[in-house]
Amino acid sequence: MSQNDIESLKKTASQIRRDIVRMVHACQSGHPGGSLGCADFFVALYFRILKHSNKFNMSGSGEDLFFLSNGHISPVWYATLARAGYFEPSELATFRKLNSRLQGHPATHEHLPGIRIASGSLGQGLSVALGAAQAKKLDKDDRFVFVLMGDGEQQEGQVWEAAMYAAHNKMDNVIATIDYNGQQIDGPVNKILNLLDLKAKWESFGWEVIDSNGNDMSEIVKALEYAKTQAGKGKPVLNLMKTEMGYGVDYMMGSHKWHGVAPNDEELSKALAQLEETIGDY
Amino acid sequence: MTKLTFTEKKDTRSGFGAGLHELGKKNSKVVALCADLTGSMKMDAFKKDFPDRFYQVGIAEANMMGLAAGMTISGKVPFTGTFANFSTGRVYDQIRQSIAYSGKNVKICASHAGLTLGEDGATHQILEDIGMMRMLPGMTVIVPCDHEQTKAATLALGDHEGPAYLRFGRPSWPIFTTGRPFVIGKADKLIEGKDVTIFACGHLVWNAVEAEALLAAKGISVELINIHTIKPLDVEAILASVEKTRCVVTCEEHQQNGGLGDAVAQVLARFNPTPQEMVAVNDSFGESGTPTQLLKKYGLGPENIVEAVEKVLKRKK
Repeated sequence: MSQNDIESLKKTASQIRRDIVRMVHACQSGHPGGSLGCADFFVALYFRILKHSNKFNMSGSGEDLFFLSNGHISPVWYATLARAGYFEPSELATFRKLNSRLQGHPATHEHLPGIRIASGSLGQGLSVALGAAQAKKLDKDDRFVFVLMGDGEQQEGQVWEAAMYAAHNKMDNVIATIDYNGQQIDGPVNKILNLLDLKAKWESFGWEVIDSNGNDMSEIVKALEYAKTQAGKGKPVLNLMKTEMGYGVDYMMGSHKWHGVAPNDEELSKALAQLEETIGDY
Repeated sequence: MTKLTFTEKKDTRSGFGAGLHELGKKNSKVVALCADLTGSMKMDAFKKDFPDRFYQVGIAEANMMGLAAGMTISGKVPFTGTFANFSTGRVYDQIRQSIAYSGKNVKICASHAGLTLGEDGATHQILEDIGMMRMLPGMTVIVPCDHEQTKAATLALGDHEGPAYLRFGRPSWPIFTTGRPFVIGKADKLIEGKDVTIFACGHLVWNAVEAEALLAAKGISVELINIHTIKPLDVEAILASVEKTRCVVTCEEHQQNGGLGDAVAQVLARFNPTPQEMVAVNDSFGESGTPTQLLKKYGLGPENIVEAVEKVLKRKK
């Protein structure tokens, strides 16, 4: 992959970060911190890694599928889908407003292209991804199923039910990623309920675990490409992805305080001054 | 109408197992998931003949619901199997978000519902599941009354689109619906009468059949309607019968709160206020015992239905 390609992806990520802060500012609610932290991952996924079509069809046969388990970072997903052509970027202005397809947390109820299941109540996405992956195996469809979870979400028991199932059933068409930003609503994850050695936990559950830096575009692309080479070997793959909550906006970075708070007018201007408008604001 | 009799008893869960096996033959999109209760759920035949489409998930019901939801995305028709308690209360949020709100075509099949589970006691005797499931928008709720109807309901679900809850049980129970048509959402009038209407579901339909014989001997003419589909409710059939009899008894192996009785009362309150008595569990948990002992102790036997009818007849205007 050329340096030009990386630069192009970075430009897309910058626009998506602008979209995110503008979306949460417009409705004065939503979750900017985790959304900003994962922008590079989403861009890498939708503009480089996934085999997918923006002419959305629910079944996704012959395509790679993506599921967002930590649904509260919907702003980054919606902005990515819009910028990837699933729907008009202008619709991002309706986020969290009445009669919008862009619900606070992702839903299929309003038929927004790109969304295959509702999420928001944590811990459920990995199970759903495994179901989709199991069906792909049954259909002899050799594409992958990707899923993103939060690190705080690892406190949910269902995640570990699913982790056990995946390894036991050799679900090697699944590539899960954990957004390992170390923050949750009430504070740092290690102060709220310590995950201790998360890598060792997943390895002991029978997963192939890779480490990555989710805020370095070149590295996250390489990590996801490497993850695909590790698939098909009898084990599910976990990408333990370090990110910084709020990445790209200095005053939001590294703190749980911007998990679920919207910027005011002044804060929005400060944020936008740090994020280059590359494609054009919606 | 011919008198209702039975020659054979079988458990309703075996009706589910037989229906699921037949569906497996008919429809290659049908898959089955089970949380470590293959034998109890009578899913062995499906497992044996369609091993590629049978998923053993272990004792992990939350994951099972998520897996099933995920499988629907490419068009599979998943049937989940575990006890009613673990099919509903334990996984309510998974059903709510990943299945009901997401509009996924998952068939949640639940055995060992109600008091007739017997000796295992209250931890397993769920009496709140109908209420929980019928509150979910878009959820179809079916409570068949015998082996044949459970089989028919399972087969009907194979062609039905959308989330559904199928509730059945463990005890050996009279078979009396052989040859009767089964249509989701369409009540089945078993006995025509004029003095009182009994609406019943599940195992208590047979108790109502026995009660009707006792009442007929006293000169009381009972109309008995099997409401196998609690949601969507056959409002038309309910109102048509009540128009004639002007008093109602509902019978179910469930709490008074949230079940068939509640559903019927809601219809009557809105469209035709009518005296109603409820044969159901009165805000209580169950306990260990034989099915017959428990139905008697908790007021769900044929004699309790007779009492309820006599009571409601006195209230009739």
